[in-house]
Amino acid sequence: MAKITVNGKAQEVDNSTTLAQLITANSIQQPDMVSVQLNEEFVSKESYAATVLQDGDVVDFLYFMGGGKLSEL
Amino acid sequence: MDFTEEQINRYSRHILLQDVGVEGQEKICNGKVLVVGAGGLGAPVAFYLAAAGIGTIGIIDGDVVDLSNLQRQIIHFTADVNKPKVLSAKEKINQLNPDVKVITYQALLTADNALDIIKDYDFVVDGTDNFPVKFLINDACVLAKKPFSHGGILRFDGQTMTYTPGNACYRCLFHSPPPPNAVPTCSQAGVLGAIAGMLGTIQAAEALKYLTGVGELLTNRLLSFNAKTMEFRTIKTKHSDNCPVCGSHPTVTQLVDYEQATCELKSKNE
Repeated sequence: MAKITVNGKAQEVDNSTTLAQLITANSIQQPDMVSVQLNEEFVSKESYAATVLQDGDVVDFLYFMGGGKLSEL
Repeated sequence: MDFTEEQINRYSRHILLQDVGVEGQEKICNGKVLVVGAGGLGAPVAFYLAAAGIGTIGIIDGDVVDLSNLQRQIIHFTADVNKPKVLSAKEKINQLNPDVKVITYQALLTADNALDIIKDYDFVVDGTDNFPVKFLINDACVLAKKPFSHGGILRFDGQTMTYTPGNACYRCLFHSPPPPNAVPTCSQAGVLGAIAGMLGTIQAAEALKYLTGVGELLTNRLLSFNAKTMEFRTIKTKHSDNCPVCGSHPTVTQLVDYEQATCELKSKNE
């Protein structure tokens, strides 16, 4: 097991878990609306499947946030 | 600049602050801030900047006031429905503080006009509601080396960060706009009115901090909060060397107008 931090909270994942699997496991409903940071570095969508999480990794899901207009529609 | 007795009285609570004082208030009174969008975020931003005595406030917005705006866009009143938002905002600012010079642009910020408009300002506040313009503001400010505050709200959540040249820009965190069809559908979204005030006042505080040089700006950090739990979180970020606009091999070298989600376009024309 690897001990990682996801959005500030501790989480344990199986060794060799990828970022793509973590996104699925964390039930991110709209992956298109999320930007992922690994240890404070931006990770491109193309790299999710090839990025294997290591013990101590810090993952942050940053959500695209628009504004009031969407809400009016 | 020499303050009148009335100004010293008006700004006394700033002047009393050791970090601000008369010098800081002078910087505020000489400051020029552009507020992009006179909506949920732009309203509290413009109000607090006006109250603070910002010398020049520019406001750009192409919309007119709609009844459904009043739930959170506190600079507009019931009698302002159907009035251009920039005009409604200017009237309130003038009433709150006649010292403030207000420049209005009743237009959308576009790739064609962005650089020309922002060049006259010290600081830009993003109070917009959509990703094409958010990316446009970021790119224009990075290219023009202009500091700005990003702000976004949705449902019960808010996020904000401050850019200054050399630090992480919005694209360092979010490389490119989400696909238009991924944006929450019209019926799914909504926003608790008060969080516009929570976030907008943070943005106004950042503008005042930038002008006075007080404290540490929200650079290389993304502040996000959820009003349901009232938890605030600051995520550390950093300048990305692969950033499409401020990285070592930029692919964005001029401004572009990104496609709007279809439902947004429809509403603009309604």
